[in-house]
Parts: sequence; structure tokens; C-alpha cells
Amino acid sequence: MSTEAAKEPSMLMQKEMIARNYEAITSKHETGRKVSSTFVPGNLNELLMCFDIVNNLPEINAIQAGMRKASGGYIMEAEKSGHSEDVCTYVKADIGQMSKGNIAPNGKPYPDPDVLMLSYTGCYTFMKWFELLREQYKCPTLMLHVPYEGDGHSTKNMRDYIVKQLKEVVIPGLEEVSGVKFDIDRLRGYLKNSAKAEDDLVWCLEQGKHKPSPIDAYFGGVYYIGPIFTAFRGTEDAVKYYEMLRAEVQGRIDRKEGPLTPEGTSFNDQKYRLVVEGPPNWTHFREFWKMFYDEGAVVVASSYTKVGGMYDLGFRHDPDNPLESLADYCLGCYTNRNLPTRVDILAKYVEEYEADGLLINSIKSCNSFSAGQLMIMKEVERRTGKPGAFIETDLVDPRYFSAANVKNRLESYFQMIEQKRRGGGSKTVAA
Amino acid sequence: MRCFIGIDLGSTTTKAVVMDENTQVLGRGITNSRSNYDTAAAVSKQEALIDTRLTLFRRALGGVPEVAGKIDEIISDLERNFRHVQFLEQLGDLEETCVKNIKGPRFAGKEKGVQETLAEVFKRLRAGSDQLFAVGGKRKSDFFRDLAGSDFMTVGEAVCKDAGLGFDMILNVYDKSIIEVENRPPSGDMEGKFIRALEKGQMANNLIAKPVQDALAIPLEETYVVGTGYGRVRLPFPKEHIRSEILCHGLGAHMMYPETRTVLDIGGQDTKGIQVDPVGIVENFQMNDRCAAGCGRYLGYIADEMNMGLHELGPLAMNSTKQVRINSTCTVFAGAELRDRLALGEKREDILAGLHRAIILRAMSILSRAGGVKDQFTFTGGVAKNEAAVRELRKLIKENYGDVQININPDSIYTGALGGATFAVRAVVN
Repeated sequence: MSTEAAKEPSMLMQKEMIARNYEAITSKHETGRKVSSTFVPGNLNELLMCFDIVNNLPEINAIQAGMRKASGGYIMEAEKSGHSEDVCTYVKADIGQMSKGNIAPNGKPYPDPDVLMLSYTGCYTFMKWFELLREQYKCPTLMLHVPYEGDGHSTKNMRDYIVKQLKEVVIPGLEEVSGVKFDIDRLRGYLKNSAKAEDDLVWCLEQGKHKPSPIDAYFGGVYYIGPIFTAFRGTEDAVKYYEMLRAEVQGRIDRKEGPLTPEGTSFNDQKYRLVVEGPPNWTHFREFWKMFYDEGAVVVASSYTKVGGMYDLGFRHDPDNPLESLADYCLGCYTNRNLPTRVDILAKYVEEYEADGLLINSIKSCNSFSAGQLMIMKEVERRTGKPGAFIETDLVDPRYFSAANVKNRLESYFQMIEQKRRGGGSKTVAA
Repeated sequence: MRCFIGIDLGSTTTKAVVMDENTQVLGRGITNSRSNYDTAAAVSKQEALIDTRLTLFRRALGGVPEVAGKIDEIISDLERNFRHVQFLEQLGDLEETCVKNIKGPRFAGKEKGVQETLAEVFKRLRAGSDQLFAVGGKRKSDFFRDLAGSDFMTVGEAVCKDAGLGFDMILNVYDKSIIEVENRPPSGDMEGKFIRALEKGQMANNLIAKPVQDALAIPLEETYVVGTGYGRVRLPFPKEHIRSEILCHGLGAHMMYPETRTVLDIGGQDTKGIQVDPVGIVENFQMNDRCAAGCGRYLGYIADEMNMGLHELGPLAMNSTKQVRINSTCTVFAGAELRDRLALGEKREDILAGLHRAIILRAMSILSRAGGVKDQFTFTGGVAKNEAAVRELRKLIKENYGDVQININPDSIYTGALGGATFAVRAVVN
């Protein structure tokens, strides 16, 4: 696995965009730009851009550390300072990284953030995480409270409540931190870019309906969602990125090809089509992915690619209703949806993408998101008549990834699908 | 004849089952997995083929009216003599290997003495083997390593004492050699060994020689082999010959009890709850994650901690009069919890009963995650042989799921291999 992964032009472009953002973060003292720390689900990237604030995402930093095999050491460092084994490993990777010099992927130290933008959506650990960071950095925290869609839908009240917070807390707060006056037309301009990129992203994700699928909506999917879920939504770069991605996917459809694997081959021989729920494991990302394509399993739809916005359900950022659409965006992220809605979405994916079943990758250290997943699996199985399976790994704690165990479960699942397709075995004779 | 073979490479033992095209089981074989899956697979397969020969002999003898009513005796005599021939052959191999391993500075100038001592040890081992394989002779294990090993220690020590040689010298040679011998693929010529066994026997040779030789002449063609279990990827088979053990256990349980809908398998390092449909296809499964808490290995560890044999745990726990509550099924904490309870003055049998209950409680949790227990319920794996575990399981199944038929097959250790062999038949015949 030590060989360099094969990459498509869009991936290289994204890599360059990410590098530029890290450069912008780590050079804040030279450029005088302000830096905010914020989360992926329900992030307010376009709004931050209105204040020339650079966006730093601790979750993404933890993922980066996981993929660079650095998270294990960070987590142990955090445990030394008293964080229990069961605490979210994104949090521990972040905390541990701070006490180990807080070095960004470009080798330069992360500067302290100027503001913590807590627009937390569906995950209550976010609040505790930023409490810890606030203690460390002593910088202002702006909290945007996003009500949970406990009844499965949002109301006008909820939307108004978020807009009111934006107007009364978040925008004045960001003006104060940055010294830049809020200009709603600037926001409209960014949102226009967002919507355009979102159209292309949705188009790409929906191509998973093809056979063979030209995309992998989970392992490949994390690259597809990269720019739009992070510091680039609203930028011209993101618009270009999604145009490029769309052309690549179209090319594969024309050539009847599957997605590119890290080994550089097109994954055309697709025997199993899966819908996956839950984030991937980052510390063994390639090894994990290989367990799928080696067995002929392609992911045609996933919920993870919706944690930063459920654009496939029709939502777009709207330049004509800027603040309202930011509110709707936060409310509608996958992590803010209740269990019955998640069941509806996943069952719909299994049917619309003609999948063989639902696979759940349950995250050991994520209590808020893993709760209820077994119930989700059973319910989706019942509704679709397609078999489900359950594996357990972690986000960035390498100790929680047992390759033999995961492989065993995956292979059993694939063989089970195969057997069911054949309509079971022969008439049996007792031994 | 066409033979369909399933091999289950477990973490502790490797099992093989040979089946004919009508899914009738012809033979079963088992060996310790060692650290060498290739050899373990070859040995277990050969053992199952030996067992297959015995089945064929039995069938052949069924056609000889003169031996009616004596077939069991004849077969056991034949097998015993075969095992003896096989034991002597391996002993010969061990001796040769030991002699080759007398080298290095440690032995400088003492080679001759060591060699002579070894010759005497092996002479006595050979002589002693007559008794080991005599009618009614009790053998503590079926594995060569266990049989040869324990005798080597007692005989070797005595011979060294007489010869005035340090026992550590020949023990060193033995340790090196037994691993080599154990990891050597089994030698062939099964037929020749059966002929020699036949000659050794005291049975009415003239009556049985012909049918036995006829049965020996039937070629055993390895039509299709399916591998399963943790070591499955080590098998030199193409991918389509490898099946997940979850599927194999589901199908194996179905073959034993066609009405099975739920299977619980507690093996050395994992616990699986499996739901199967009416044709034995897995519908759903759950298993323990990366931690092997509460699996067979846990009992092994407890046995070590208590200085007992694994098979003694169940019977001792059955004597319990009071249940001690044990919370941890963690293999690492178990020792601490055990000593803690002993220090509190609890009795060993009561603590053990608590430990068995803890294991089964964990299995119950995996079963409920897999969708509960449906009628009929089949319990497989090494732990199914433990009566105290079975007692707790019956209690808890009744409490939680009411009257469910619980199947436990004496050959349940072969469930995975049986499923594998059935897959082999299905791959060719259907």
C-alpha cells in the first residue's frame, strides 16, 4: 500500500486547492487575514468569505492526520491528558495535535483561530469540542443553534430562529472579529456559485444509477464532496472543480467504465451494488476500499456524502433568499435528520440506485451518530427486502480497525448476496 | 468415486469433512492448527480421507454375512492398527529428524552419546506404543505431538539418568525436531498403511481381507474442495473455492438440522449469531468485533489461570450450588476478577458457573443484535461441548424466547467444514 495512489485531474486540482487553503491558514500572521475554526455539517463558508475570513475545519484536519497515519499518536497524547477511550476520536486527534506542536499538513504551525464558529448541526459533541478549544485559545465563540429535526421536518419557526441568530449574533460577531462590514450582495454572489457547483455535484452523485456505476459514492465520494463540504463552497474554484468532475464522470459513462481505483485501474467488473451508511475509516482508507473493489463491490449511494448538505433532495443555496437559505441548509444536513427520515432516505437509495443492500459502517467512538443504526438496518431490510450488514470501525483511531474482522464480515455479506441472488441452494439431504 | 471436501481452518483446530455427491458425509478429520495452516489443511484432509476409507470398509463389510454383528469391532481394530502404523511412521520421522539436529557447539564431542541415548529413547517409545495402541488402550489425545511428547519426557528423563547425560541435551533436540515433523505435510501411501494394519490385526483376515482391499482400490477423487475459517486465505485454492465461515456455519447447521433458523457459534476467537432461511442460506448475522471477550479463548485462559484442563471447567462448574456474578468477559480482566472472587472466599465451582453465565450473556447480546432466536436453534463450536455453558444457554433461551428446540450435535465442531463440503457439492452438482 505504500505506492502513490492513482489520481484523476479533479483530485489533483482539489489537492492543490486544499494546499492553498492550508497556506492561507498558516500564513495569517503575514497576510493579516483572520481565521475561523468551524465544522463541516452546517458550515457557513459563504458567510465567512464575506468577511475575508479563512476557514479552518478541525474535522478535516483530523481526517488528514488519519490518512497520514499521524492520528494514532495524537489520540494517545489526548488520552494522556485525561480524555477517555470512548471520546470522539476527531476531538482527541485535534486536542492531541495541539499538544504535539499543532503542525498543519504543510509543515507549518497552525496559528490560533480568531473565532470559533460553532454552527453545530446534529452532533452534540461539537459543543463540548469547542468548549475545549475556547479554553485553549481564549477567542470569541459564535454559536448558531440549529434545532434538531426531531419530528422529521423543519418549521418556519426554526428557520426564523436561525435567521434571527444570524442577524443578531453571528453577523455582528464576524464583523467585530474581522473589521469588515457585512455586504449581503457579496453573499448573494457566493451563493450563486454554490448553487451552480451543487447542481453539478448532484448530477455526479446521481450517475451511481448507471450500470456499471461510473462513480464510487463512498470511497470516491469523499473526493467528490471535498470542496463543497469544506472551505470552497461559494468559490469560483469549486465551480470549476465540479465542472471538471462532471466531465470526468461523463467520460466514464461514455466509455462504460467504472470509477478509478487507487491502483489506477477502472473498476468495471461490478458484482455488488451497495448503499453505505456512516463515515469511512480514515486510518486504513485504501486497505478498506480495496476490500470492496477486490470483491467486486461498488458503492452506488451513501449517506456520508450528505453530511455537509442534502442537495440530492432538492435543496440549493439561494441568492434571492440568502440568510433563509443558509438556515435551510443547516437544518437539512443529514446529521440533523431524525432516525425515521434516515430510514426513508436509505431505503429510497436502495431502491432508486437498484442496490443489493445496505451496509452500515458503525463508528465506535461516535455515540450520537451510531445510536439506532441497527434499528435503521433492520427497518431498511424490512422495507426493501434486501439484506443488510453491519461492520464496526472508527474514524481516526487506528486501534479500532481490525482488518481480519472487517474483511470477514464483508466477504460474508457479499457471498450472502450472491447466494440470495441464486435463489438459495438445492434441496438438501440431512447429513 | 467423487469426493467433495470442506476444510475449516479455525484458530485452534482445523477440521475437514468429505462428502459424496448426495451430500452424505463419508469422513471427518481434525488436527491442531499449529502456526502452519498449509500443513493443518493437508493433515485434516488426510484424516478425513482416512475416515472415508473406514466408511467404505464398513459398507463393504456389510455385504459379508459371516461378520454380521462384528463390524464395529473389526473397524475399530483396523483403525487402531492403522493409527499404530501411522504413529510408528511419524516416530521414525521424529527420530531421523532428531539425529539430524544433533549439531552445533552445544553438542561438540558429545554427538555419539546423545545419538545413542536417543536411539534407546526411541526404542523404548516404539516398544511402549504397543501398549498405547492395544485393545482398550487409553490415549490422551489423537494428535501425534501430544502422544509422542508426553512419553518422550518420561522415557527420555529416565534414559538420560541411566546414561549420565543431561536431559536438556535431548530435550533441545526434541523441541527443534517436533516442530519440523509437525509442520511436514503428511506422507502419502494411506493404502499401504491400511494393508499393514490389516496384517497386524487378529481378526478373521481371510474373511475381511478381500472386501477391505476392494474398498481400498476405490479411487478417492478430490472433485471439489472448499476452504473456510480464519486461515482460508492461506489455502492454495482459487477464490471461488473459498467461502466465508459465516455462510459455512449457517449451511452446516442446516445440514445437521434442516429446520434450523438461528445458529449460535462460539469458536476460539469469535462468537457469531446467524439467521438462516429454509434452504440454509444466511439471511443475517452479527459477530463480536475486534475483541474476543467471552469466546473459547477466554475459557482457555481461565483454565490456565486455574491450572486446569479446558475440558475440566464445565464439569466443575456443574457442581456449583450458588452463582457468583462475574461482570467481565474481557479475557485480560478475567484473571483479576477470578482472583478477586477467590480472595473473597468464593468456591471455584461457583465462580466458574458465573464465568460460564457471563459468556452466554454476551452471546445472548450478539444473538439479539442478529435478530433474536427463532425455532429451531442450533448451537455449534467448541464451547457447545461445555455442559455448563449449555446449561446456562438453555436457561437464558427459555427465559427470553420461550420454548425453542435447541440442537447440539456431538459433531458440532465440524459444522463449518460440513457447510464447506455442501458448498462443494452445490458448486459441481447443481
